[in-house]
Amino acid sequence: MSDHQPPHRELPETSSTTGNKGITRRGFLKGAGITAAGTALLDGVQSLQQEAQAATPKGVMEYGAEAFPVTLNINGKEHALHVETRTMLAEALRIGLGMTGTKISCDRGACSSCTVWLDKLPVNSCMTLAVDAIGHRVTTIEGLSTDSEVHPVQAAFVRHDAMQCGFCTPGMVMSCAALIERNPHPTERDVRVAISGNLCRCGTYPKVFAATLDAAGQHATKA
Amino acid sequence: MNSFSLADCTTVEAALSQLKNGAVVKAGGVDLLDRMKNGTDTPNRLVNIRNIRELRGIQSTPDGVTIGALTTLAEIADDPTIRAQYTILSDACGHAATPHIRNMATIGGNVLQELQCWYFRSAEFQCIRKGKEQCFAFSGLNQYHAIMDYGGCPSVAPSSSAVALLALNATIELTSAAKGKRKVAIQNFYVQPDANPHRFNVKADEELLTAIHIPKPAPGTRSAYQKYGEKESHDWAIADAGILLEMDGDICRRAVVTMGAASPVVRRSKEAEAVLTGKPITRDTARAAGKASMTGAMPLSMNGYKVQLFPIAIYRTILLAAGQMERDPSAAG
Ligand SMILES: Cc1cc2nc3c(=O)[nH]c(=O)nc-3n(C[C@H](O)[C@H](O)[C@H](O)COP(=O)(O)OP(=O)(O)OC[C@H]3O[C@@H](n4cnc5c(N)ncnc54)[C@H](O)[C@@H]3O)c2cc1C
Ligand code: SF4
Ligand code: FES
Ligand code: FES
Repeated sequence: MSDHQPPHRELPETSSTTGNKGITRRGFLKGAGITAAGTALLDGVQSLQQEAQAATPKGVMEYGAEAFPVTLNINGKEHALHVETRTMLAEALRIGLGMTGTKISCDRGACSSCTVWLDKLPVNSCMTLAVDAIGHRVTTIEGLSTDSEVHPVQAAFVRHDAMQCGFCTPGMVMSCAALIERNPHPTERDVRVAISGNLCRCGTYPKVFAATLDAAGQHATKA
Repeated sequence: MNSFSLADCTTVEAALSQLKNGAVVKAGGVDLLDRMKNGTDTPNRLVNIRNIRELRGIQSTPDGVTIGALTTLAEIADDPTIRAQYTILSDACGHAATPHIRNMATIGGNVLQELQCWYFRSAEFQCIRKGKEQCFAFSGLNQYHAIMDYGGCPSVAPSSSAVALLALNATIELTSAAKGKRKVAIQNFYVQPDANPHRFNVKADEELLTAIHIPKPAPGTRSAYQKYGEKESHDWAIADAGILLEMDGDICRRAVVTMGAASPVVRRSKEAEAVLTGKPITRDTARAAGKASMTGAMPLSMNGYKVQLFPIAIYRTILLAAGQMERDPSAAG
């Protein structure tokens, strides 16, 4: 596990974290870093939390307003990081873990450039609290391809040149790949609906449709 | 966004015990977190109900269907029973917002979402709905605002699902720790701004919306909902129509026509319904009903287009419900 552990990063003071003046456990964990020792330390903090939990009523998990350690399952691996209750999943990924493939544009649920899968369902990570990802499997654009194989939708996007500036592309790909996972033989109408929340300012839509339909063909023959 | 503590609850009982001292419920969070990001809402404690399993799912009962408050819009839109017997609701849930939002947004949160008036959503404008005297929309940018029944606040009802639930005569189940369960008919659930500008609905702060009950439609019922937006998706309606027709052969025995984006509270158009009742559904009766729906319209300076759009939305949705027209490709989603 320690091999795969990403460097532990502190959440800097972003727009959503400014204003927290409380003393946090951040300093305590600072530099604990990457290794098994870091993980052990986090485990220790979590068991302290569990002790505190004993005092709260049944059926209630209490999270304070200050930063606390969590473990999130992202792309099949457990990642330890610190979040606050107000940390969005998109921020936890980008700032907390340095996984900047997930983009933030509107930050309001209106453009889908921040699309990730929560247990295979595409959602907007800018409107999902990081704590709501605890216990779920998160898949990001970084997790779509394996070391040996590019995901068919990504390969088709390259073949069809289905991007211009590329800022919407990770979200587009996550939406289209989710469609194909759930419906291996989509029609163009299905693709249109699947990306109806994805905004592309460069207007790449026709190529996105073509790439996704092509990927579905490839997917189907492989299966 | 301000910082806050969060009680993540897994049972209704636990959540109710936490609903005190200004704690605010969070379901999917799509509406609440938007207001918190905007800085209009600054709760210092949230009660997370998203993980309460018992509030999730759709159950058929002998007299209808019960939908748990946390059932997502996507789950409702895809449910075979809802699609077959409560088509207006699967249409409304399946065309609200974006596919990804529909995976997150709960039906309870959809019904309870607050106004989308851009002055209301901005922390820089303190209007009647925030306890001040002024409305900025009458003399300001009002192209998305109301054309009927608005009194002092011409915001529009934002919930697509409520347009369907009103036509279906749904009942909202509310639960509190002190008083247990009570049921409120959807037509009594929302509060007109002039009756009380500080409340959007009759749910008390310490109450959870736990379920929505919908009676089984009468035999021969056909229904549909269509939403017209500025874009093909990802936006609230500028005009929308919910149509429910109880047919007796070719004759419409009873008609319900509902609208969301016309007024601050979802409304029925008795005038449009009267045109259809006792008549066959044809292009002519549908067109006349659409026209009648605008009785009493008082558009603002920038939204006169809605007086033309609503009759078309209603005309086409009547024909869609009756099986005489395809879904309008220019209706959103
Ligand atoms: C880009 C975009 C487009 C949209 N377009 C549409 C559209 O076309 N049509 C439409 O209808 N909506 C639309 N929406 C709004 C969206 O559907 C709602 O924000 C969503 O349904 C709210 O549900 P939620 O579970 O996320 O609610 P939350 O944000 O969790 O809650 C909303 C409110 O209800 C309260 N609450 C929620 N559940 C309960 C409960 N069970 N008991 C007590 N209180 C509760 C919360 O305290 C909060 O005040 C759009 C949203 C976006 C971002
Ligand atoms: S329309 Fe209503 S919500 Fe909007 S500014 Fe006027 S009073 Fe406020
Ligand atoms: S950044 Fe999340 S939807 Fe736009
Ligand atoms: S490629 Fe530029 S926004 Fe889509």
